[in-house]
Amino acid sequence: MVAKKKKKDLGKIRGFAIQFLPNSEIRDLGSSERIRKILGIVLGNNILILQGRLLVDEEIRLIEDTMAMIGHVKNFRGIELAVISGNGQEGFFSKMKKGLANALSGGDLGAITIIGPATIVKEIKHNPKKIELLLNK
Amino acid sequence: MVIKILKNFFSRIFFNIFKNKKNIKLGFYGPPNAGKTSLANRICKDFTGEEIGRVSKVPHETRSVQFKEKVEIEYKGKTLTFKMIDTPGIATKIDYEDFLKYKVKKKEAKKRAKEATQGVIESIKWLDDMDIVVIVLDATKNPYNQVNITIIGNLVARKIPVLIIANKIDLKKADIKKIGAAFPEYDVVGISAKYGKNLEEFYESIFKLSKKV
Repeated sequence: MVAKKKKKDLGKIRGFAIQFLPNSEIRDLGSSERIRKILGIVLGNNILILQGRLLVDEEIRLIEDTMAMIGHVKNFRGIELAVISGNGQEGFFSKMKKGLANALSGGDLGAITIIGPATIVKEIKHNPKKIELLLNK
Repeated sequence: MVIKILKNFFSRIFFNIFKNKKNIKLGFYGPPNAGKTSLANRICKDFTGEEIGRVSKVPHETRSVQFKEKVEIEYKGKTLTFKMIDTPGIATKIDYEDFLKYKVKKKEAKKRAKEATQGVIESIKWLDDMDIVVIVLDATKNPYNQVNITIIGNLVARKIPVLIIANKIDLKKADIKKIGAAFPEYDVVGISAKYGKNLEEFYESIFKLSKKV
């Protein structure tokens, strides 16, 4: 019964697209506008690939806003989120160089953020070497 | 006048030291079902005889922030007083249908999901109020979860000392090294909250972190 119902609900998804968002599109926006833009894309059944990453407080606000929307937006169950950024094993000078480059470019442009609606993206398997997107059938 | 100002200044400093050392706010954060409440219960039971909250196999059992005031933890002859704050698990998605797998009825599952979303928001709001945060992770699960990284990133930004706990080391699949590799800049202590395994190392780390408060 449970499996049957789930199949029926997932059947409502008519398709999805993968949307790439360059950092230049959000660079000049404030935190609230950035999050609104991202959630707008995700709510349109899109998997978003964002160049760069959000600030840590924006990431947590994104989770907060996502939670606030569950139950208020039809069929919205939340998001799957992953950030790929370097290998974390850099030395002091390399970190300093990267920090300076980030400050000049306005963010960690070497990073990639993937955000998808939970109704489409079942899981993002993430380890230091690879990232796998598992989709709902 | 000068004496009065100096007197106020020193009394404020001493009051703050006294206040902080006497009631350290110790928060338990992490993803759902990692064992935050189990660990908080273990500590509270050991030092107060009472538990802080209910535990269950169903995720999001803790759906609102729970407290235990004035928990005096004694370790190697020293005593520190903590305010224990057990928080709901932080997640990026909550689907009521996931609860149905645990034989929770549909109406109850929907209610649980609604409360769980509120719980996540409440957990996040409490981040600013913590003195020390214990991140409880399930050592059998992949630690490279963005929620874990986001919570730790926010604690670092707020300059809140962090201790990472790899819980459930009693299970065969537990992999503490993987958690250590995921967070190389932090102390990772492997424990079993369920069986009270390796809690000595946990207390030692907490007492060490308390010096930074």
